[in-house]
Amino acid sequence: MSARIVWRKSVNIVMLSLTGIAALGVVSVLFFILGYLLWNGGTSLNWAFFTQLPKPVGETGGGMANAIVGSLKLLLLAAVMGLPVGLMAGVYLAEFGGKTFSFVIRYTNDLLNGVPSIVIGIFAYSLVVLPVKHFSALAGGVALAIMVVPVTVRSTEEFLKAVPGSMREAAMALGASKWKTIATVVLPAASGGILTGMLLALARVAGETAPLLFTAFSNRYWGQGWGQPIASLPVMIYTYAIAPYDDWHRQAWAAGLVLLALVLFSNLGARFILARSKAV
Amino acid sequence: MSAAATTIGHEAPHRAGPRSFLRRLRGGDEVAHLITLTFAAGILLLTSLLVYELWVTSHLSRTKFGWMFFFTKVWDPVFDNFGAAPFIYGTLVTSAVALALAVPLGLASAIFLSELAPRKFSDIVSFLIDLLAAVPSVIYGLLGIFIVVPLMRTKIGPALKGAFGYLPIFSGPNYGVGFLTAGIVLAIMVVPYIISVSREVLLTVPREQREAALALGSTRWEATWQVVVPWARTGIMGSIFLALARALGETMAVTMVIGNAATISPSLFSPGDTIASTIASQFTEATGDLYLSALIELGLVLFLMTFILNGLARILIVATERGGGRPA
Repeated sequence: MSARIVWRKSVNIVMLSLTGIAALGVVSVLFFILGYLLWNGGTSLNWAFFTQLPKPVGETGGGMANAIVGSLKLLLLAAVMGLPVGLMAGVYLAEFGGKTFSFVIRYTNDLLNGVPSIVIGIFAYSLVVLPVKHFSALAGGVALAIMVVPVTVRSTEEFLKAVPGSMREAAMALGASKWKTIATVVLPAASGGILTGMLLALARVAGETAPLLFTAFSNRYWGQGWGQPIASLPVMIYTYAIAPYDDWHRQAWAAGLVLLALVLFSNLGARFILARSKAV
Repeated sequence: MSAAATTIGHEAPHRAGPRSFLRRLRGGDEVAHLITLTFAAGILLLTSLLVYELWVTSHLSRTKFGWMFFFTKVWDPVFDNFGAAPFIYGTLVTSAVALALAVPLGLASAIFLSELAPRKFSDIVSFLIDLLAAVPSVIYGLLGIFIVVPLMRTKIGPALKGAFGYLPIFSGPNYGVGFLTAGIVLAIMVVPYIISVSREVLLTVPREQREAALALGSTRWEATWQVVVPWARTGIMGSIFLALARALGETMAVTMVIGNAATISPSLFSPGDTIASTIASQFTEATGDLYLSALIELGLVLFLMTFILNGLARILIVATERGGGRPA
């Protein structure tokens, strides 16, 4: 009897400590990633990285100025094309949608959200690249925009639904029509959350590499407009990391640090906006 | 007379139609409804277009290889002979390795965070773990190449060979890159998903369930493992399915550490390729329509796999949210 209790108690302690160790292990992976990137990226990061173009193979030095600007351009394209679609569809689901059709849209949206990014890349390739037979910044933007849409739809709908019904009723009781209520009362009330969702959606695609490989492709020079291939940070990290040159590895670390900082800060920023808009 | 009647008959509804439509437009509600509806329908259209494009552009490969595409072990661009078997194998093996490592680790962490840790501490840790999920895939690949691959070549690989070298899965030469390395990197990447969904589900288990078990004299662990976890098992399964769907479609990190070779080998040390990594590493080099078409058919296969898994995961998670688990 008592031996059995001792056994049960020791199993209890062992298993519970194991769960603690597991949680500690996972969190330490995060700190390890941050620390390792900070160390390796920080030591290879210099001013030239932000201001110069990549040097030809064999020469050391140079930077990724074009890739940084390229990434921002691609994000701009994704935002311009993806965010309005996501916002409007989110408004429809939260404010106008019926039952069956909304269910279908919601389900399709989740499905689109789960499509692997490389498949989105193929889609954008067949949609934009194949007809004109060359890679372009536009194709990369389309690929990223397709990935922005489902995330935006979901967060927009969620935050609109969180707006209390009494606010809608108050506006309607004052004689505002439905769309006026939505545009002047509901949307402003949910704007903090909606913006957060958009920022998170952009942060998510900022690090995407797979859909850009054969849409935006890459470019060792400044891009020649939206119809030409364009460099981006994630693709540069990939090509530099698998190349056999030490100096390229160094730059890959630097680019990794910049990209991670971009993604993590926008995540933190988004959560900060959300916390503040909730507090008000 | 009759002619006049017909003109009137024709004109009357014609006039009333646009007028009532315009009157409704003036309110703006219909317009707003229509515009937002158009965008919402756009999502439907976009997704259908995606499936359609994949289907049409893979036409050449589908008609040439038929169902044999799934069973052919050869991937030979020079002789235009393409089979997906090595990549389907690679995808399944790396995902299986990833889940074998990530599920125990993730579930244990979720249990710790929901059952043992104080709520505030648990929230902070979950926040950090959510950040881990936001780290771009290519950065995991970068760390994989420069940390996991050398470790595998010099430490983990030899250690496994020393201990379990007689097993076929640990046979053959160890290059550092391969199925096992890809599986480990994937495990690190999907663990955050398992933790955050499982934790949410575990937190929804009613307090009374734990109290009843404890009151009956069970230890904390017994209450957790025999009462709380079974209660939440459908949702936990859902989180595993979501993680699996992620692992199947994960591209960059895998491409960078798997070694890129179309092989089917029982050894986990062997270099291989997954569906996604093959597309990523060969798409831009694909010369010839059949080659490209075969790669796109690989994309179609990947799409269908994740489509089915995501559907199952969603059903499971909805089932737990509705039923709150089964009163087993």
